[in-house]
This record gives sequence, structure tokens and C-alpha cells, in this order.
Amino acid sequence: MTVTDQRATFDCRQAFAEELISLASQDERIVAVCNDSVGSSNLVGFRERFPDRLINVGIAEQDLVGVAAGLANAGKIPYVCAAAPFLTGRALEQIKADVAYSEAHVVLCGQSPGMAYGELGPTHHSIEDLSWLRAVANLDVIVPSDPVQTRAAVRWAAAARRPVYLRVPRFKVPEVTPPDAPFAPRQAVLLREGNDVTVIAIGSLTSRALEAADRLRDEGVSVRVLNTPFLDPIDEDAVIAAARETRGIVTAEEATTSGGLGAAVAATVVTHQPCPMRILGVPRVFAPTGDTAFLLDHFRLSADGIIAAVKDVLGHG
Amino acid sequence: MALLPPDAARSAGYRELTARIRQAAQLDRDTAAAQPDRETAAAAELARVATDVRRSVVRMIDRARMGHIGGDLSVTDILVTCFYGVMSVDPENPHWPGRDRFVLSKGHCAAALYSTLAHCGFFDPAELDTFMAPLSALNGHPNKVKVPGVETNTGALGHGLPVATGCALAAKMDSASWRTFVVLGDGELQEGSNWEAAMAAAHHGLSSLTAVIDRNRLQQGARTEDTNALDSLPDKWRSFGWEVREVDGHDHLALLDALSGSSTGRPVAVIANTIKGKGVSFMEDRVEWHHKVPTAEQVETALAELAG
Repeated sequence: MTVTDQRATFDCRQAFAEELISLASQDERIVAVCNDSVGSSNLVGFRERFPDRLINVGIAEQDLVGVAAGLANAGKIPYVCAAAPFLTGRALEQIKADVAYSEAHVVLCGQSPGMAYGELGPTHHSIEDLSWLRAVANLDVIVPSDPVQTRAAVRWAAAARRPVYLRVPRFKVPEVTPPDAPFAPRQAVLLREGNDVTVIAIGSLTSRALEAADRLRDEGVSVRVLNTPFLDPIDEDAVIAAARETRGIVTAEEATTSGGLGAAVAATVVTHQPCPMRILGVPRVFAPTGDTAFLLDHFRLSADGIIAAVKDVLGHG
Repeated sequence: MALLPPDAARSAGYRELTARIRQAAQLDRDTAAAQPDRETAAAAELARVATDVRRSVVRMIDRARMGHIGGDLSVTDILVTCFYGVMSVDPENPHWPGRDRFVLSKGHCAAALYSTLAHCGFFDPAELDTFMAPLSALNGHPNKVKVPGVETNTGALGHGLPVATGCALAAKMDSASWRTFVVLGDGELQEGSNWEAAMAAAHHGLSSLTAVIDRNRLQQGARTEDTNALDSLPDKWRSFGWEVREVDGHDHLALLDALSGSSTGRPVAVIANTIKGKGVSFMEDRVEWHHKVPTAEQVETALAELAG
């Protein structure tokens, strides 16, 4: 039994929906736009409260994102709520042209990202979204790790006046964010002090990184744990400091290893302060059948996997 | 680089001219029986503006040595009729919340749009000389951040109708009276995103939305009907729940009529039958003039033919 298993865990869609309803009750410009995804985006409560402000375009993701850009043009603040794989894959060009390039204040909420749809398979997995969307200019990419960060992200995005992509986690996670943690672009959250190795984790991997750090501490290894809710723009200063002050960096994310957090950290490190790195994520394969917990362990996206990577960096293999 | 504003006289001129055209068009409708040739004051004014815009398009493409001249010339009368005869916009206050929205989904015809916007006074017509020059605000496809009067960035095809649908949806939610116009290429209708939006706009009863299809029957590589046939286009739109009007897309009075508000509570599709390269004899209805650039001699001939 691991430490995280004993703590309460949360599906962040609940926090997402509560915060959105709270915001919408204060600001009538806020609307939700979905693609037959009222249930899967946990928008039933929103619909009951604001039936005229929930727009369902049907199963049509290109139209979904284009309509949101048009709503923004006319002064609404649309929260586009759709399963992350279809939102980002099917409508990628609309995200680029209609939202990011057109500087539309649209909040793209990728529901059930990563491998949250486990057994439904790679068509329903969204492990490419972070790579795709980091490649798009003028789009902030936020990956909350728990309900606190999810709420903060929903609030921050309403006032951002710029394009935002927000992953809304479905796979249950414990609370990890300290009460006084910052939530802003280029602001990492320091979760554990440490000076041997740094682990930078986002989303579902954050609590696993903490578990790894706690277990390694018992073995005499001091692990710094950083979390970057803003994947883009990332906190380069915190990354560079970690590269300088510890012996190496391990990144961990529920996403493909080509282009997400690992790539962002690696580019920063290579440019400013080269250090050994290990990048944990889904390697460039399509996942086999299995539930989310199984798949995370399968790809070594676990405390055990992080511990092994930290030891590898230290040469303790 | 930010675009220079026009001088005050041009803005005043736009207001005066649009008022005159609308008044004349209204008079003409009231007395249409007495003027069987429909050579009215309104049509003459719109034709004059359209000629100015076409001449400016030819000069821009000549200077830039690139562009999409065939589609620019086919869509010009639609643009001019929308901006001068129908829409409520204020070039001096382009973000006025109560404005009608105009989306050029066939963004490759940016030269015609820029010429029209400059003519209206959204920016100084002298800026047209910078079309596609390094660092110009006037990119090969329109950018709303850099060009006043542009509502969304287009260029990739099949994007305009969904965005226009969103605009019209917002107007309906707010019970606002402004309208949304979107101009689509016909070849562009091969993109599936248009039909996603066509369904949604009809489903939501967006009667303030008007889509104008520039039906010139040519796309980049060949005739539309030889590529991925669109006919019967009116039937397609009708079956998607739209009110359909079919007109000669170079007849300004017919366009004025067709661009009037919905009479059925449904969104309106205006199928404007046009000629690609309209106004320049050797370009008309010829597929190669999609984005061919005229020689100096051809430019001279084109401008002579467009002298009116």
C-alpha cells in the first residue's frame, strides 16, 4: 500500500464544474460550449442553472471551436468543454487559426486527458495534446494536478483575455497543492525542497513524484519536487535553478515523451544549464488495453518508475 | 507595422456614399416598375466602387507579384454590395459592439477585401501598396489583429462559417439586432466543417446569419464539378434547413435584394453566380488565373478594360 493510496482522491471535473458555475453566476459573459458532452464534461449542473448559456453544437469539433471563436468575437467568454483527444486532434487547425492566431479569448477545456479513458484505447487517449498545443504560438497550456489547481485554472482563464488550453483531469488524484502556492504563468510550485535530484511533474504524476521523493528520503536521497501547472509558458528560472543546484532532472507526465513537459524542460536545460535528464512519459507507442492505473504503471509512470529514474540520474542504477 | 488611419474626408465620404446608395436602392425598389432596365443610381454608385476595387486589386497583385486575382475579381461585387449597400459598420470605430460582422472565409481573396476596407476608410488606401511586402499588416490572408474591419483570421478554408455561426449565436443570445455575413468560396464547400456549421446554424434558427457563396465554379486546379461536384448546391443548403436565394453575383441590385434579412426565421444562403476573373476578358472563367500573376502588358490591358 503506497502513501497516495491512503489519501482521498478526486475527479477534477467536479471542481471544474463547481468553479465554472460560480464564475458564471458572477459574470454573464461566461458560456459553456460542448459537443454532445454535457455528461462527460460534468455540465449537467451548469445546464440546470444556465440553460441559455450552454451551447451544444453536436458531435462536430471543428464547428465547436469555430463557434467558440465567434462567440468570443461578440464578447462572450466561451469555455469549450470536450474530450481532450477529439478537441485537440480533430479541431487542431481551428485552435491554431480561429483561437490562437486570431487572439480569441477562448478557454479550451480538454476533458479526461492523458489515458483517462484507459480501456477505450488510443483513439480516446489524449497523450499528444501537450506536444501539439505547445507547438501553437500564443496559447497558454495549463495542466492542473489536483482540484485546487483546477479551480485556480478555471478562475485564471476567465480573466486571462487570451487563448488558453486547460486539461481537466478525470483520473482521480489527491490534493497536492500547498495553501500558499502561486498560480500564474512562469510560476513553478515547489512541493519538496531537495538537493540531489529534481523531479518536475505535472498532472497525475505530481502525487506520484511526491511519493517517490518521500520514499527516496528514507533511503537518504534528497529530491526536489517541482510542479509547473503552466506547461507553457513554463517557469524557466525554476528549471535552470534546478539544473544548477541539483545533479539532474527527471520529468514525469501523462503524455507522449515527444514534445511535452520533458521537451520543454530539456530545451531550457540544454540552452542555459546542461545537466543529466530522464524524461518519463508514454514512449512513442500506442497503449495496450488496460485501465488508467494499469497503463500508468505499465509505462513506469509510477513512484517506482520515478525512483528508478532518479537513481539512474545519480548513477545508482 | 500598424496601418495608417485614413483622412477624415474618406470616412465622411463613406458615410455619405453609403447613405446615398441605400436611399437610391430604396427608391428604386419603390419605383422598379417604372425603371425596367434597373440602371439606377444605386447600381451605378456600386459599380463605380467595384471598378475602383478591381483596379486596386490588379495594381496590388502587380506590385506584390503574387495573389489570387481570379477569386478577387469574382468576389468584388459581393464585398462592395455588403459594405456599401447593406452592412452597418463604422470604419472609424471598427470594434463598435453593435456592428454587423463580416467574415471572408475565402481568405485568399484578401486583396479584394483590403481594397474594399481601404475604400470604406478602415485604413489609408496608400497602405495597399504594402500588400504582402515584408512586415506589412496586409498579409496574403487577413489578420484581424492587424487590419481593422477583419473579424477573424482566415486563410485555411472551411473556417469562416463556424466562426460566423458563433457570432450569430451570440447576437441571438443577447437579442441584439446586428447581423453576420460570411462569404464562402464554392470550392471551399468541399471542407466538411462548413456542413457542421450549416447544421448548427439551422438548428439554432440563426436568422441573422447570411452566407454568400461566391459560385464561380472554379477551384485552384479545375472546375468544381470536375473535382468534387457541388451541384445541386441550392438543394444542399435547402436540405440543411437554410433559406436559399440564387442571384447573379455581379448584379448589384439583385445582390442588394438577396442580402436583405431572412424572411423565414432561418439562416440565409445566397448563392451568387459569378465569373472568376470578372472584368478582365482574358482572365474570365479560366482556371489558370486562380493565382497567376499578370505580366506588365497584361496589367495594362486589365486596367484599360477596368477603366469603366
